[in-house]
Amino acid sequence: MSELTLTVMRLGFLAVLWLFVIVAVQVIRSDLFGTRVTQRPMRRRNAAPATAGAPAAAVPPPVAQQAPPQQARGPRRAPRNTPAKLVITGGTLTGTTMNLTDQQITIGRAHDSTIVLDDDYASSRHARIYPAPDGQWIVEDLGSTNGTYLDRTRLTGPTPVSLGAPIRIGKTVIELRR
Amino acid sequence: MSNTTITPQSAPNRRNTELMMLGFAVLVPVLAYANIGLAGDGRLPAGLVKYGLGLGLLAFGAHLVVRKFAPHADPLLLPLATFLNGIGLVLIYRIGLEPTRGQPKAIQTAPTQLMWSALGILLFLGIVVFLRDHRLLQRYTYTAMALSLVLLVLPIPFPAVNGAKIWISLGPLSFQPGEFTKIIITVFFAGYLMVKRDALALASRKVMGVYLPRGRDLGPIVVAWLLSLLILVFERDLGTSLLFFGVFVVMLYIATERTSWLLFGLALSATGAALVGSIEPHVKSRVHAWLDPLYYYDLPKPSLTDSDQLAQALFGYGSGGILGTGLNQGYPGEIGFAANSDFILTSVGEELGLTGMMAIFMVYALLIERGLRTALAARDPFGKLLAAGLSVAFALQVFVVAGGVTGLIPLTGMTMPFLAQGGSSVITNWALVAILIVISHTARRPAPPTVAGEVSAIQNSRGGRRRRAESPVFDQPLDPADADELAGPTPVHGSPLDITPGAGTPDPGLSGAGAGSPASESGRSGDVPSPPSAPPDALTVPGGVPGVPPRPAAPPGAPPSADPMGPRGHSQ
Repeated sequence: MSELTLTVMRLGFLAVLWLFVIVAVQVIRSDLFGTRVTQRPMRRRNAAPATAGAPAAAVPPPVAQQAPPQQARGPRRAPRNTPAKLVITGGTLTGTTMNLTDQQITIGRAHDSTIVLDDDYASSRHARIYPAPDGQWIVEDLGSTNGTYLDRTRLTGPTPVSLGAPIRIGKTVIELRR
Repeated sequence: MSNTTITPQSAPNRRNTELMMLGFAVLVPVLAYANIGLAGDGRLPAGLVKYGLGLGLLAFGAHLVVRKFAPHADPLLLPLATFLNGIGLVLIYRIGLEPTRGQPKAIQTAPTQLMWSALGILLFLGIVVFLRDHRLLQRYTYTAMALSLVLLVLPIPFPAVNGAKIWISLGPLSFQPGEFTKIIITVFFAGYLMVKRDALALASRKVMGVYLPRGRDLGPIVVAWLLSLLILVFERDLGTSLLFFGVFVVMLYIATERTSWLLFGLALSATGAALVGSIEPHVKSRVHAWLDPLYYYDLPKPSLTDSDQLAQALFGYGSGGILGTGLNQGYPGEIGFAANSDFILTSVGEELGLTGMMAIFMVYALLIERGLRTALAARDPFGKLLAAGLSVAFALQVFVVAGGVTGLIPLTGMTMPFLAQGGSSVITNWALVAILIVISHTARRPAPPTVAGEVSAIQNSRGGRRRRAESPVFDQPLDPADADELAGPTPVHGSPLDITPGAGTPDPGLSGAGAGSPASESGRSGDVPSPPSAPPDALTVPGGVPGVPPRPAAPPGAPPSADPMGPRGHSQ
């Protein structure tokens, strides 16, 4: 083996070692999960729904508008009166929206809630909102200290939520919208 | 008014990525092996195909089992472990080519090590297949404690080998029970701390800005400290005692978020080390060899225990320089005894240079990072503590060994995980990686679709809550339905039974801090980054959504344990 070959081999092997490290780091980079938070460009309310999906490719475009008859994704429920997103209209998270899927949404101060509240009057596992099989969304208080209010009444058991009815948790107000 | 949209995103299934990385991880050692042959006698080594296929088949088998039984596990844990094991095999083979100093002829130990690695991977497979839920281990908290004590005491009647009583020899076989104890005692710590964390975290007085725990809560840490000192004195095993104490202190810190534990631990271990270092002759000579390595080099006839290994190692790094001498072109045999076990990093430093050494350290760091990330993503506090504890144990071991052979800290006879020759070590570390894989599979599993409210919600609310209350649920043995989050649709309507102790009810029983109102909850969070001051999230979301949410799968039902590692919204 000539000196040159040995040197090339030596440096080549070091390069391969580092290539491995770099590829591993790339794998970590592509391994994000959790919750995606997308910023919408500041517009007026009426323009917002149309552009909501634009900034991030991965966010599915707002449901229904142009092609309602297509049974787009999975078990889409009757389009009439079915909420498609959750909007926070009061409290520190005001303006946050979330598309409703068939997953339940947990609300509270605990870090693993779907919506993490920063509110002294919220419990760590305060309430949850989940879809019933018939497509209705149900809100349920999880034994919170200060209670969950639908409109003005304090919840005592799982209660169906109608479109636009304010759910109040501490200072936070949540509505389901189409 | 913030303009944000929240989309829950579940962890992708990364099995194909894992397979790709695994292929790479097998390729690198094969290249190294070929390189050794070419640099030696100019031909490819005869066993190239055999070793390559052997390692490849083992890795592929492991991959298939992970694909079947833990499909959501982290994609990097297995490839990184395989890489380190493969590199270790090659290095051991290379060191076995020439007689080390003091040996009459070369002894090739790579085949033995390959066999141990195969056994380790088999154990890995067994754990991944049979340990379907890591929470099963929680049942054995106190059994684990007893077992680890027995394992620690076991080597005392056996004769000391190379100055340390850490071996059990049964006929031709010998084991290092301390290695296995590493995992078992971490299980105990995790189970114990999960139950006691509140007492340890809450019942403290603030003295000069530092939270000091109560005397009776100090009990366990003092016992752990004494125990580790006893190991040190009776078995002269500096490394193991450092490892156990370190793991305990760090887990205590993770469980309680009290920095005072770290300060305490550091102070105690410094005192202990100073005490034993000045009394115990074996440890004393180690410290001396660390402070003045060349003293032993100059001695005419160094004995085994006070040896010139460290001096030789430093010479090795020096001749390796930045880029190394090239594989099979250095003199790692000069280390003499333990060239292929404790001092294996020295041959990396000599033949691959600083560049190669850093690459190896990076791989270790990535493995540890994946472990800690698993801890962050885990949903149950026990899994969190266990994953964190195992990663910390691994990290501490790497630090203690690497620090020892590079002259940063006094040398302690421990083995470099995966790299070094040694059956007990490689088997234990494969088991450790297997447990991490099981935890990460559970942690990254997508939340089941919710239909009309089912168990997972309650599960979630349980996980975070009960631990605080030391309530019955976690003390009960897990029933199978409980272990499986997907358990059948429990009727939820009108049955809030499981949740009632729920959210905001502070636990008045929880000692000192509680005032019994929501305020006590926030008071409890004390120095926990309280919501408004949680800047990391606020930074990622300029629109100012301070707490936008990890979805249920992400950082976990146990805020306190997540925090020291950074309250990030995203798990990577």
